[in-house]
Amino acid sequence: MFYREAGQFKSTYKADQAIFPILQDRMAIAFYLAVAFIAVPIFGSDFFITSIMIPFLVFSLAAIGLNILVGYTGQISLGTGAFMGVGAYSCYKLATIFPDINIIILIIASGFFAAAVGVLFGLPSLRIKGFYLVVTTLAAQFFLEWAFIRIPWLYNYNDSGAIEVPQRETFGIIVTGASATPSVRYLIVLAIVVAMTWVASNIIHGRIGRAWMMIRDMDIAAELMGVRPLYAKLSAFAVSSFYCGVAGAMMVFFWLGAAEVESFDVNHSFLILFMVVIGGLGSLIGSFMGAAFIWVLPVILRAVPNFIGIDVNAATVEHLNFMIIGALIIFFLIVEPHGLARLWALAKQKLRVWPFPY
Amino acid sequence: MSARTLADISAGEELLSVDDISLSFGGVKAIQDVSFNIMKGEIRAIIGPNGAGKTSMLNVINGFYHPQVGTITFLGKERRKMRPYMAASQGISRTFQNVALFNGMSTLDNIMAGRTLKMNKNFFWQMLRYGPAMNEEIEHRLVVEEIIDFLEIEHIRKTPVSQLPYGLKKRVELGRALVAEPTLLLLDEPMAGMNLEEKEDMSRFIIDVNQQFGTTIALIEHDMGVVMDLADRVVVLDYGRKISDGEPAQVQADQNVIDAYLGVAH
Repeated sequence: MFYREAGQFKSTYKADQAIFPILQDRMAIAFYLAVAFIAVPIFGSDFFITSIMIPFLVFSLAAIGLNILVGYTGQISLGTGAFMGVGAYSCYKLATIFPDINIIILIIASGFFAAAVGVLFGLPSLRIKGFYLVVTTLAAQFFLEWAFIRIPWLYNYNDSGAIEVPQRETFGIIVTGASATPSVRYLIVLAIVVAMTWVASNIIHGRIGRAWMMIRDMDIAAELMGVRPLYAKLSAFAVSSFYCGVAGAMMVFFWLGAAEVESFDVNHSFLILFMVVIGGLGSLIGSFMGAAFIWVLPVILRAVPNFIGIDVNAATVEHLNFMIIGALIIFFLIVEPHGLARLWALAKQKLRVWPFPY
Repeated sequence: MSARTLADISAGEELLSVDDISLSFGGVKAIQDVSFNIMKGEIRAIIGPNGAGKTSMLNVINGFYHPQVGTITFLGKERRKMRPYMAASQGISRTFQNVALFNGMSTLDNIMAGRTLKMNKNFFWQMLRYGPAMNEEIEHRLVVEEIIDFLEIEHIRKTPVSQLPYGLKKRVELGRALVAEPTLLLLDEPMAGMNLEEKEDMSRFIIDVNQQFGTTIALIEHDMGVVMDLADRVVVLDYGRKISDGEPAQVQADQNVIDAYLGVAH
């Protein structure tokens, strides 16, 4: 961040209200997008794209979804895994029922099913808060897991109990199924994630996002400013579950190719909650950082011994991995309890005035 | 009386009247048979020793508490049980005794939050943050900037409110209440914990709000000097009962009030 925003004066409120008011920030975003859209598909190996980039994007989207609920509205949820499952299973059913409709439309549509289920399980939030709400969302998690196993209609009475992604084409290109190339799948996931992140950022900076944050920071005062807790909380649950549902559908259709109920268990709920907490509550960029930290870092660490030519057995690598990640989580939380995003913001602030202390 | 709008009521007429209100929490009687009214355009002070039921009274007026007995008439319309957001949509705005700002947001966003009720562009435009939604943001930003200018807090516009000193927090909170363009502004101890200079600033703002915007104000305050200077009329509560009501000088001379504050020999 070796730049100064000196001389960039805003002469209209419109310019001042922009999401990236600083020119260099806009250039940086454009650069990252160019790398993601052009460089990665051209230079990235299949392993890099399938095992790192696609899951990273999928988890980022799920983390954004959960962050809307936990970080922006202050309602804690442990049902993320199940809401992702709702997205995945409804997308699977939609793909079976409407084989001719473009799969990307179906993936977005499946988000609406997740949103509806999310609103339903969000109803208790009107009466209870904090840890008690966690317990009710946990109930959602277990109920939905049960439904994914016990309602065979959801997986088309398949003997294995798994949902398998059918092959689908968009404009003559195979986009899902075993024969879809990693680059194509990656580009679709990337496009959806970028678009939905942009939308999330728009909502958060507007009236609705402010209402969510008002509820989070001081619900009594929020109500006094005219925010109706019912609408604010349920809309947060709806939008959050929508994001999680789309992430779940993409996880199965563009990454795993097939999934069972284990892909949507409570461990995934925890995983995504950790991403949100470590990345930074109430920060979109933090959601990406959290997903990178929790998902990408272990994959890289696993590849390190091989890369530098040390011969260690796989189990040892795995143990080391747990230790390093665990230590880093503790380290980062001690250094900055508000997550990587805050650390990033502080670093930027310090560098902006560097070499002076203030 | 039928429902009326603010324009129908001329200055000096009754804006809000509280009749025979009783409020209890279990066995604790917080307010007993209290009646008073607030005239349009006046500054009305509610005073009393600690635990007299002043804050409870404000909470009743803006719908946090529902009194067991009694009626409240606002703008000529008697109201039944109501939620705080309904009171807000009728034009009652307030500040809190313990600053209740949205700590995770900047000063600007906090004050923008006060405009919530005036904003109505739908979810679709909010998603795009373009066209009507963006125009709405800017239109309300203009109003917010006027209040920021009025309260002289331009320099902390983008600062997270959690980093502000106490006096400024109080000022931001006043700003948040003001941008809602309230018909009735309730201030719960606007000067608690302030030094003399901050009190003078705050008093000036309160008078300006009353004079410039014509806002009717009901305030709770412990600093008697401030109350006597600012208020047009004062109501005194003690142990949940009204013990005096009238102009400052009159209340000041009232033996009941003196007894309540200084105690009586038994």
